[in-house]
Amino acid sequence: MNFYGYVLAMAVTTYLIRVLPMTLFRKPIRSRFLRSFLYYVPYACLAAMTFPAILGSTASALSGAAALAMAIFLAFRGKSLIAVALASSGTVLAVEFILSLIS
Amino acid sequence: MKTREYRLGVRQGFPVGMGYFSVSFGFGAMAAAQGITPGGAALLSATNLTSAGQFAGLTMILARAGLWEVILTTLVINSRYALMSLALSQRMGEKVGLLARMLTAFFNTDEIFALAMASHEPLTCPYLLGLGTLPLIGWTGGTLLGAMAGSVLPLNFRTALGVMLYGMFVAIVVPPARRERPVLMVVVAALVISCLFSWVPQLHGITPGAAIVVCTVGAAGLGAVCFPIEEEAE
Repeated sequence: MNFYGYVLAMAVTTYLIRVLPMTLFRKPIRSRFLRSFLYYVPYACLAAMTFPAILGSTASALSGAAALAMAIFLAFRGKSLIAVALASSGTVLAVEFILSLIS
Repeated sequence: MKTREYRLGVRQGFPVGMGYFSVSFGFGAMAAAQGITPGGAALLSATNLTSAGQFAGLTMILARAGLWEVILTTLVINSRYALMSLALSQRMGEKVGLLARMLTAFFNTDEIFALAMASHEPLTCPYLLGLGTLPLIGWTGGTLLGAMAGSVLPLNFRTALGVMLYGMFVAIVVPPARRERPVLMVVVAALVISCLFSWVPQLHGITPGAAIVVCTVGAAGLGAVCFPIEEEAE
């Protein structure tokens, strides 16, 4: 399977999830369990995808950890999405620059 | 096509478009760092229009996962859109026809959904298409430029740009986890399971897609059992 086959499969899957409840299945979800589950899904999957993967995504685990700490700190303070993303990215550059100086 | 409604939607979608542009720049840079062409990365963004699902999908494609595994993971991570589509569908009312629903469903992302539900406008087809226009352009254009930048920048800049995506994930998760204790518990559970998959040697044979599915279903399921949300919290 080449890259474009995967892209097509993902696009079709995602579109079906979006379009079927708007067209065919239009009854509200009554199950409280299912609604709670779907509410928690994004937080569970984003957290799992971020950690510990962020530690291995940069040249040293230290710069990844620093970026994570910066992101958590700023997000906790209620900074915007873009500010948090840019600051964590800048932290990686700064920490790796310092590491290159001392090594 | 009613131009006035469409243009109103475009105007209201502008901030989301800007946000998508900057975040997808990081996604593009990350894809390029992994050897995906700018055109391929842009196509992925233009056809999927979702951050977490694309990111997980890309991780699995690079790990040479099977097609069904990619589809299953996409299904789990993007399952929340079904709930949003249902809510949107009910707000649209019976006047909006089948073709209009099929067109607007494509644009149902977390942010566009939030805009639409908060809007005082009737949710007509031109208005919803207008809302989605700039976000789609921003998301695709940002990915393309990010991937192009990613293929010429030195390695340390590429990895730094790739971290933007993680930064965005943190920015999405932390505020509700701070406000709502159940969300915090779900996040902690997901982190624990995720760390087990990474650090316990016996679990290393498990593919990244399966690990994400288990973390998501496990932690969200735990949350749904222990902390069911209030009835009709709209």
